Amino acid sequence: MAEMTYRQALHDTLRAEMLRDEAVFLMGEEIGVFEGSYKITAGLLAEFGPRRVRDAPISEEGFVGAAVGAAMLGLRPVVEIMTLNFSLLAIDQIVNHAAKIHAMFGGQASVPLVVRTPGGGGQQLAATHSQNIEVYYAHMPGLKVVAPATPADAKGLLAAAVRDDDPVMVVENLALYNTRGEVPDGDYVAELGRAKVVKEGTDITVVSYSRGALVALEVAGRLEAEGISAEVVDLRSLRPLDRPTICASVRKTTRAVVLEDDWLSYGVGAEVAATIQEGAFGYLDAPVRRVAAAEVPLPYSKPLESAALPSAAALLKVAHETLDATGFPR
Amino acid sequence: MANSSRASARVEAQGRGDKSQGGLGAGDGRRAAPPLALADVPAEVLVGYYRQMKLVRAFELRASEMYTKAKIGGYCHLNLGEEATVVGLMAALRPTDYLFTTYREHGYALARGAPPGRVMAELFGKATGSSRGWGGSMHLFDASLRLMGGYGIVGGQIPPATGAALAIAYRSGPGPDSEAVMCLMGDGTTNIGAFHESLNLAALWRLPIVYVIVNNGLGMGTPVDQASAEPELYKRGCAYRMPGARVDGCDVLAVRQAAEAALSAARNDRQPSILEAVSYRLRGHSVVDPARYRPKEEAERLRSLDPVPAFRARLVQAGVMDEARAAQVDAEADEAVADAVRFAEDSPFPDPSQLFDHAYATAVPNAPSYLPGDPLPA
Repeated sequence: MAEMTYRQALHDTLRAEMLRDEAVFLMGEEIGVFEGSYKITAGLLAEFGPRRVRDAPISEEGFVGAAVGAAMLGLRPVVEIMTLNFSLLAIDQIVNHAAKIHAMFGGQASVPLVVRTPGGGGQQLAATHSQNIEVYYAHMPGLKVVAPATPADAKGLLAAAVRDDDPVMVVENLALYNTRGEVPDGDYVAELGRAKVVKEGTDITVVSYSRGALVALEVAGRLEAEGISAEVVDLRSLRPLDRPTICASVRKTTRAVVLEDDWLSYGVGAEVAATIQEGAFGYLDAPVRRVAAAEVPLPYSKPLESAALPSAAALLKVAHETLDATGFPR
Repeated sequence: MANSSRASARVEAQGRGDKSQGGLGAGDGRRAAPPLALADVPAEVLVGYYRQMKLVRAFELRASEMYTKAKIGGYCHLNLGEEATVVGLMAALRPTDYLFTTYREHGYALARGAPPGRVMAELFGKATGSSRGWGGSMHLFDASLRLMGGYGIVGGQIPPATGAALAIAYRSGPGPDSEAVMCLMGDGTTNIGAFHESLNLAALWRLPIVYVIVNNGLGMGTPVDQASAEPELYKRGCAYRMPGARVDGCDVLAVRQAAEAALSAARNDRQPSILEAVSYRLRGHSVVDPARYRPKEEAERLRSLDPVPAFRARLVQAGVMDEARAAQVDAEADEAVADAVRFAEDSPFPDPSQLFDHAYATAVPNAPSYLPGDPLPA
């Protein structure tokens, strides 16, 4: 184990995968000479050269689609899209091509493509640069979508994505790049498609992912101080969704709250809540509540932006309300 | 637009904006080479081209018939009228090259060597089809033929085709034995963003690819000059300093020659280019389109240019094959298509139990495999 930032974990994993497999190459805007908008690829052009660290012009549909074709011929492109927002410019290639090619051609071709891209609001980047639209991709059969919350998962899930023969969206988070945590040494590959109980508890389940998982842990700590035992489930994988892990937790705690940075309607929380009501209805002592972003385009001004984004305070309040609704003593 | 151009020279070329360069670049002889004549090509090869053209013609007519009999679902776009373009392009392509096509691709699959039975079975939605019943008419695929797919989204194939060329360049250098990519598209496709982004990437990175625009004069019902501000489509690469050439798509030998020159530049010089084949649709956009937007006289004029009887007559007249041989080739094509229909009819449909077989290439825990109404895993 070594402690490092989420950013460092991503960087080191990219480098390790490139050293491990000649078919792995990186492509994206400003990832080479500029070393990446968020410096994930710092130093890699100098080490691997322009053949394997390819700066692409501003043309998301073009270079993401080119990565799809290169992957069809057996290469393993890892594409960086500067932020999740810009993935919309490439959505035809991601949704209509990367996600479809394996099934649509009867399993004769695969697309071992990784798209890395950070989501996340809270940086005062305003409406077009603050969106959490991971559900657009989580909705799509044929894609795998992961959203690591910790440096360890950043490593393990990215490594798994690179080695997987399907297109995988690795949704990073601007707010997490500088967070620190313990990362397993050596060749560490996590399993795609699995959620993780990151804190055990008995009274209430908080389900979240990415930045939200860290907020959930913080709130669980505060509840603990009040004598309330909260369990935290980090989804890690948005597609496939690990429904059994979610339901098993709620069967134990009988209460659930979802914390999500995306907008509430049709969001991750909606899917989780539906999963719980179907899979653990008889165990529920209270309605499943969701804490999500206010349904407006994200504003620039700090007080407005803060009001729109889900916070630890909002989660704490909803957790209390959920407990109170069932007469939980506190 | 497409039609007025046919009167002009068989190949027009445009250089990279550098006049001294000309054509597809120095050394490829594209401008200098005299047009390929019948006498330059062995008789058996010529008869082979006619056989393929006739096979495509017969196949497409039967496909149309099967569609009206509801044996074929979805959309069904035919290569009727484009047979010389189809066969000329495929004749230029090597087995080691990669082909990305549009949704109007039955003929390309056949001329590339796909068994007609498997193509027809795909149209029928059968398990023995080219894409195992998952793709249908618009999405034929055959890895062994490096037929990398028909694509239903207009121009969706262009970025992946460009990426396939990137993969070739990633793995090996230029040279006469280099693999190359041919990316087909229709005239309407040259107006989408992905076309322009891809051309820029290919020119910037010098990728071994030929972008073939099959210009049949109409994007569905819209004439080229009402959709494209530069209706001479082979010139649309000029912003990327990408050479282009236009060829008479009704002349199978001219198409082959022009495609070979473009592929040669891609292989040897990593020079991507555009090849515009001026062709036409004998019928509507798809089987269900009666093409009422086309004036009657125009439709008649186009029929008079029909490349299949024209090439047949040309070969008979030149003594390459006699009438008896021609009649035999015609009969064999009809027979091959009848066999294909029988094969498709007799083949089983995919079993619904196989619905999730191709959900993912790498198995993953919790992959959704529930049918409508099934309980969710909990």
